[in-house]
Amino acid sequence: MAEKFLEVKNLKKYFKTKRGWLHAVDDIDFVINKGETLGLVGESGCGKSTTGRVVLRLLEATAGEILFNGEDVLKFNKQKMREMRQNAQIVFQDPFASLNPRMSVSQIIAEPLVINKTVSSKHEIQKKVASLMETVGLASRLENVYPHELDGGRRQRIGIARALALNPSFIVLDEPVSALDVSIQAQILNLMDELQDELGLTYLFVSHDLSVIKHVSDNIAVMYLGKIVEMSDYASIFVDPLHPYTKALLSAIPIPDVDIKRERIILEGDVPSPIAPPPGCRFYGRCYARKDICKDNTPELLPVSEGRSVACHIVHEQRKG
Amino acid sequence: MSDNNNVNTRKRPPKKKSQMADVWRRFKRNITAMVGLFIIIILVLTAIFANVIAPPVFDDRLGDYMPSYMQQNLRNANAFPSGDNWFGTDNFGRDIFSRVVHGSRISLQVGFVVVSVSAIFGVILGAISGFYGGIADNVLMRIIDIMLAIPNILLAVAIAAALGAGLINVMIAVGIGAIPGFARIVRGSVLTLREQEFIEAARSIGANDYRLIGRHILPNCMAPIIIQATMGLAGAILSAAALAFIGLGVQPPAPEWGAMLNDGRRFMREFWPIVMFPGGAIAMVVLGFNMLGDGLRDALDPRLKK
Amino acid sequence: MTESNNMLEIKGLTIHYVTDDGVVRAVNDLNIAIGRGESIGLVGETGAGKTTTALGILKLVPNPPGKIIDGEIFLDGEDIIKKSEPEMRKIRGNKVSMIFQDPMTSLNPVMTVRDQIAEVILLHEKMPAAKALEKAEEMLMKVGIMPDRAKDYPHQFSGGMRQRVVIAIALACSPELLIADEPTTALDVTIQAQVLELMKNLKEEFNTSMIMITHDLGIVAEICDKVAVMYAGSVVEYADKLELFKNPKHPYTIGLFNSIPDIGNDVESLKPIKGLMPDPMNLPTGCPFHPRCDKAKPECSEKIPAGYDIGNNHIVKCILFNQ
Repeated sequence: MAEKFLEVKNLKKYFKTKRGWLHAVDDIDFVINKGETLGLVGESGCGKSTTGRVVLRLLEATAGEILFNGEDVLKFNKQKMREMRQNAQIVFQDPFASLNPRMSVSQIIAEPLVINKTVSSKHEIQKKVASLMETVGLASRLENVYPHELDGGRRQRIGIARALALNPSFIVLDEPVSALDVSIQAQILNLMDELQDELGLTYLFVSHDLSVIKHVSDNIAVMYLGKIVEMSDYASIFVDPLHPYTKALLSAIPIPDVDIKRERIILEGDVPSPIAPPPGCRFYGRCYARKDICKDNTPELLPVSEGRSVACHIVHEQRKG
Repeated sequence: MSDNNNVNTRKRPPKKKSQMADVWRRFKRNITAMVGLFIIIILVLTAIFANVIAPPVFDDRLGDYMPSYMQQNLRNANAFPSGDNWFGTDNFGRDIFSRVVHGSRISLQVGFVVVSVSAIFGVILGAISGFYGGIADNVLMRIIDIMLAIPNILLAVAIAAALGAGLINVMIAVGIGAIPGFARIVRGSVLTLREQEFIEAARSIGANDYRLIGRHILPNCMAPIIIQATMGLAGAILSAAALAFIGLGVQPPAPEWGAMLNDGRRFMREFWPIVMFPGGAIAMVVLGFNMLGDGLRDALDPRLKK
Repeated sequence: MTESNNMLEIKGLTIHYVTDDGVVRAVNDLNIAIGRGESIGLVGETGAGKTTTALGILKLVPNPPGKIIDGEIFLDGEDIIKKSEPEMRKIRGNKVSMIFQDPMTSLNPVMTVRDQIAEVILLHEKMPAAKALEKAEEMLMKVGIMPDRAKDYPHQFSGGMRQRVVIAIALACSPELLIADEPTTALDVTIQAQVLELMKNLKEEFNTSMIMITHDLGIVAEICDKVAVMYAGSVVEYADKLELFKNPKHPYTIGLFNSIPDIGNDVESLKPIKGLMPDPMNLPTGCPFHPRCDKAKPECSEKIPAGYDIGNNHIVKCILFNQ
């Protein structure tokens, strides 16, 4: 049995808006084992990025528990929070917006060391920055360059170096490759992979791209409108998706292969507003398999087989009967 | 780990190139801005070397040297420009050239003091207001709104009237009026900057508010602050001159350009040099700062980059 | 004049941007041809010159700094490079129309969607305004927007719906050629699937030729007949879709396929193309891809390879295929 690293229980994050409470994350549970990657996948507005930020307490959770090695982060005081910040880092989506344009590459990477005073002398900071740059594959001649002079791939490497500076054990990767071209994307994905093996990192990988998620994850959670609708190991969900939304999502991905003929499920309409969502299944309005029971009863995320769970009345009924 | 940077695609290797050099490169191309800069340099040099350009003169009655702009000679009043008095003399026979040259010191002093003080207060207020939002923002911005609702010159008149005329009071009066401009511009920049991901990134590595504002946010609003300061210099000099003109500013016989206009306006129908030269000096300086400010805006604005 | 029944034929198109810092060679000696009713996928990464090519076809390359240096663009047999601006205005939106990437910014926020469609119709066809509005509503129906929403403003629609409106505008005058510049990049996958499906159907209904600009080989597999892979401003490989997907030849195309995480198969690690896109201001000599190419030979850095036809109308711009 793998060691539980992060356990999230009944996590909720609501935002107050003029039109009511926005249920960004609505009662989700998941577990990430040490050294593994959980892929959190969903479309825009489903709450996947919010989840990543709440887990790091960059946003305050509305309710729930976030257990790192068994300790609830939400109960941490300032001192413990500071320690936790060093241990858990984040890499952002937009390598253009996530780097301070007025700071040079080495200053950006040194910033966490300076703030947390983990390394005392200037010389040691320089040494650490140099070794971090080497780790992420940045040539040392780039240390005095400003981010705007670099391409997206290199900028993302800077973001990764900054996240690694404090020797964290956990990193939230918030769409780290979606702003990059495919050939560069592959470079960064391989880098993340190598780093995980070398440093024994645990990842929460947030992305809208199922093929990227499949490539990096050990387990996958599919989110829709603030809820996890399906959880699975990385392989079976692609072979046998259970939730109607997962099925539609999978069938919607354009595959660069002319031989595969697929039954495509085209969903109707748009994702509804997460403000004051109606009771019942969140997917009800767009679901092609819906029944009356779905309208008023929220389906629970229940295990259906080893390592797989799904939140759908239809699937649950089929399993029972 | 593979180094993917071996493929050097740039002609010039990205060497240490400071951002200031970049700004200067763009600034240089702008002719208007360069003219503005030239005017300002002349002005600053004039102020620094005023005593060399218009040195003290020996006064017979006093038996000692006295500032050239103070020396009266009623027999030579309202004289037109000549070899001795390049800009002519005023109604007391004082050399207008000397007075304009020495006036630059007062104007620059007023300008720089006003802008520095109002920038400091404005930036602090704007940063607090924009960064924290909520009640602090509401209270501070309503105060700023009230200040903006009162015409600048009226505010200055009121303050000058309350505190009395004089150089220091002019600077206080004009300075208070200049705070809202800075506060608003900084607040606006901070509002957009604080939503940027790099601020969140700094938070995620443990930066406190002090560091967020000082290290990550303010350096990124330097461009609008510098532009506002440059334009503000022009405004401050103009306001100080206006106050002096209506008699609430720097008092005679100090060679303040506005005060000189006020003194000379009774004679301007018959004798144009008495208003022409101080008036021209004000116009040139204001024009110079505005042109410089415009040029800086173009050079500093990243959106116009490339 | 060329005697061909191609809808569009581009020969030797070269577009440069002349900036203070140097000349950006955005498009270099580009050749493609599109038959009637055919759709071609223009695939490449950021900076490959895809969008510049599209703007070139409409003669919309911003000038300055952009300039069409050389080449011919035959639209329906007529060279549009020689056409004047008023003549071009008659072509744009009528014979050729374009769908832009971002549906948020390509619509006018203060006009109702119906009025925006009617505007295009009135610009190109003589008809009373009432009739144009009627036709606009018809177009909205075609893209799946009910008439009761015709008087809504763009901000009242979601991203996917806005892109439908953009498509309705583009198709309002039954263009013979539709240029779609990353039309679904800003959309979520399930919405992208809706929009692609819609485009596929409408293309057939209107028998429009189409240039689909995209970075996603998956979209090409789905919607195009032919594929042109672009790298650093030129087409490096050009073939029928089936041929290209089953038998990719150019090292860059192969590299692209290897970079994509495969949803069908498990691969331990991706095989990315080494290095970065070249700076278009300072392209490498010879084949622009040679610094990143595994199979590069010394002569690759010396001369720009010609396009070699390896049969089946499959053209590869790489000296490995010079028999």
